[in-house]
Amino acid sequence: MTTPERDHSLTLTRRRFVQGVAAVGIAAVVEGKFNEADAEVIDHSPSVLTGNHFDLTIEPHHANFTGRRAKAIKINGSLPGPTLKWREGETVTVAVTNHLPVMTSIHWHGVRVPAAMDGVPGLSFAGIAPGQRFVYRIPVVQNGTYWYHSHSGSQEQIGLIGALVIEPRDKDPISYDRDYAVLLSDWTDTSPETIYSNLKKQSDYYNFHKRTAGTFVDDVKSKGLRSTVRDRLMWGRMDMNPTDIADVTSATYIYLMNGNPPGANWTALFNPGERVRLRFINGSSMTIFDVRIPGLPMTVAQADGNCIQPVTVDEFRIGVAETYDVIVQPHPETAYTIFAQPQSRRRYARGTLAPRMGMMAEIPAMDPYPLRTMADMGMAGMAHMKGMKMNGMPSDEMPGMQGMRMDGMSEASMPAMKTMDMSGMEDGDTSAMSHTHMDKHTGALNESAGMTPFPQPGPRMTRLIPPPSQMMSRPSQTLEGEVPLHIGPEVVGVAMQTPPQLHDAGDGLNGNGRRVLTYANLRALYRGVDGRPPTREIILHLTGNMERFIWGFDGRKLSQAEPIHLKLGERVRFVLINDTMMEHPIHLHGLWSELENANDEFSPYKHTLIVKPAERLSYLVSADTPGRWAFHCHLQYHMEAGMFRTVVVS
Amino acid sequence: MMARRALQLVFTGALLSSFGAVPVCAQAPATSIDAPTPASNWPEPVKDNPILNYVTFDQLEGRTNAPNSSFKWDGQGWIGTDLNKLWIKSEGIVTNGISSDGDHEILYDRPIPHMRYFDWQAGVRLDLDSGPTRAWAALGVQGLAPYFFNFAPTFYVRDGGRVAGRIEGSYDLYLTQRLILQPQVELNFYSQSDPGRGIGSGFSDLDGGVRLGYQFSRKFAPYIGYTYTGAFGQTATFSRQAGQPTSATRLAFGVWVWH
Repeated sequence: MTTPERDHSLTLTRRRFVQGVAAVGIAAVVEGKFNEADAEVIDHSPSVLTGNHFDLTIEPHHANFTGRRAKAIKINGSLPGPTLKWREGETVTVAVTNHLPVMTSIHWHGVRVPAAMDGVPGLSFAGIAPGQRFVYRIPVVQNGTYWYHSHSGSQEQIGLIGALVIEPRDKDPISYDRDYAVLLSDWTDTSPETIYSNLKKQSDYYNFHKRTAGTFVDDVKSKGLRSTVRDRLMWGRMDMNPTDIADVTSATYIYLMNGNPPGANWTALFNPGERVRLRFINGSSMTIFDVRIPGLPMTVAQADGNCIQPVTVDEFRIGVAETYDVIVQPHPETAYTIFAQPQSRRRYARGTLAPRMGMMAEIPAMDPYPLRTMADMGMAGMAHMKGMKMNGMPSDEMPGMQGMRMDGMSEASMPAMKTMDMSGMEDGDTSAMSHTHMDKHTGALNESAGMTPFPQPGPRMTRLIPPPSQMMSRPSQTLEGEVPLHIGPEVVGVAMQTPPQLHDAGDGLNGNGRRVLTYANLRALYRGVDGRPPTREIILHLTGNMERFIWGFDGRKLSQAEPIHLKLGERVRFVLINDTMMEHPIHLHGLWSELENANDEFSPYKHTLIVKPAERLSYLVSADTPGRWAFHCHLQYHMEAGMFRTVVVS
Repeated sequence: MMARRALQLVFTGALLSSFGAVPVCAQAPATSIDAPTPASNWPEPVKDNPILNYVTFDQLEGRTNAPNSSFKWDGQGWIGTDLNKLWIKSEGIVTNGISSDGDHEILYDRPIPHMRYFDWQAGVRLDLDSGPTRAWAALGVQGLAPYFFNFAPTFYVRDGGRVAGRIEGSYDLYLTQRLILQPQVELNFYSQSDPGRGIGSGFSDLDGGVRLGYQFSRKFAPYIGYTYTGAFGQTATFSRQAGQPTSATRLAFGVWVWH
């Protein structure tokens, strides 16, 4: 019923993907119908629904991506679900009907909503019971590219995901002629329950890149016997494996682009001369992708829904649940491959960007399988190896990051001081706290739409600046994390060296000859709205025992831990220290995470941040919305294994 | 202080206007102005302590040399959570309808803090086969030692102050991603002899082998192997008296399976 019509003879219209939203305030539900523009994309792509009321029906289904029928979930008959288009300043309602035999939910990833609308069973509500209907009512106070997914069990893995695009109320600072959501996901015919159980019983179940007698011989040939043996012994002593790149790999996954396996070749069309905006969303359960379009530089204009100062790259790594919007200007007569290889390589997701249907470009060869180094183990200085990490990391690269050090009490306030001074000068109004952007912009917001005290930065938002006197009387305090690091069977070890790695593209990307985006490249287009320095730090270790497949924060699973409490209105610094040898995309619900990457007031606003192995990373959070918010690793099975905390703002 | 209060006011005002629109909810959970309060019927956000179960056979094989052949199993399984498991082990060998070396254990298992991959186990062992039955108390550790060695020493005690010990070890050598060579050994020790079961004091017997298996899947790997069983000291004497060989080498054909 929602299968789009295939029309290969269709000529391109100049209509934008987006145009339907123009009629503000009209409840134009386009359920089960297709935007004309959508037919430009070869079928199987999710439909696009616009307006301010939506009906979503969640049903059990089957999918066949591999030649076998497997259990799936569809939304309005579609996998992934329809792309929703909202408009900033409106209040949207989404009625979700559950036809599954089990509880379900929808979480609006990255969207600032009242806590009861966040869609996390156990924190926001009870969940949506079988046969029940739940109406989400959301005042839309931001714009950008986001997505939605189930927060119940592992329903994301079998299809309960979809793209969410929020049109800005004001003129979009990013100019483009055409846009496409590019939703990446991983798919397996194996049930999520079986995958989880397999990992608990054999954590390297899906690693078919182990070191073998064969790789030993190869290594001896290339590195010599002594260094090969020494290397084997070093990893063996810890019972660890440098090929431990991902817990669930291409051994069971295939990768989809807008629900299309590589063979289906999802195709995005463009007219000659057009600027095309691709809204990349990683809707995977366990897969971090490296994305590129060979032959076509990409200008990254938005990260996690927030505009950044455009930066042109050849490739970017997108963590689970992150989004990146890129602008490309394809050559009028050329087809390009949109290539997304998972960290574990071997298979890939792929689509085509072309001026005409049927055109195709070469599919590039896979990059080599990445290897971990001792630096990933937090032993950069102990191993006498030239790790990839070490090469790409001058010691003086991040002067601003000094502020994160636990021992650097006095230093910690320095970056913040600088921020204050600068904004103070520019704004010229540091007299009173009541002069906030909120007071200034109350009229600009739709009354019924609701507000968050610290909205998304934008052209009309100004920065809240506390008076200097307050600055001086309340310097940053450095507090230990609320829960001391607990060493038990849940923890294998603690990284001894955790340098910042914001300039590092990540394992498997360094030295590949391409310009690869790093977190250091993310500089917000607009000034952050909350100029107050943090009043305290919450330090959390990301911990795990790979062999037992137990994951957590500070050595504790959700069921063993107390919530993290934030005072309403408080500004805090989260410091994350990754003691494991895997990347963890950490997502905080309900509040923005402002990455501290030496851009001070232009720190990028994110909702999900990859923390690399043995990395120490920090971000600021304004606890402006009360509620019980989820805080977790967005790798599905890490979350289920306990890498989850509740953050209570009250 | 003034500024702080002002800020609070600002927050409150905004929050009131923001949450004035009470969510429409078909199920009508209790929602307050601030944030929903969890009700008793709400589920946990994630179930991070599930009860799982596991069964594995390290040996499930026929052993043969020219004169005789036997069936050998050595399996274990558990049910429980990350930190609390009920662990069951069973092994034995059947030759010409007579079972021997029957060893069945029921243990409570728990990870040892600071020992990354080791668990301690305590429970009972029953020697249950064609011979006389014995019951032991068991205490041992089991886990993955550095350099990827599987290692499990266990001590046993029974009435009369009799003590026994067993050490099991194995190593999986990956020849390719799916072809695995596994050397394995089991050593038994007894403080006192038990003529009823043909066991002498001291190091009594060794069961070892080398197996080459191919993982068609992680859970299914047929193998061929070469096994050695030997009796020592007084145990060897008992064997000779019973007309049994004191040592034997056999070919083994079996399958590694787990669920």
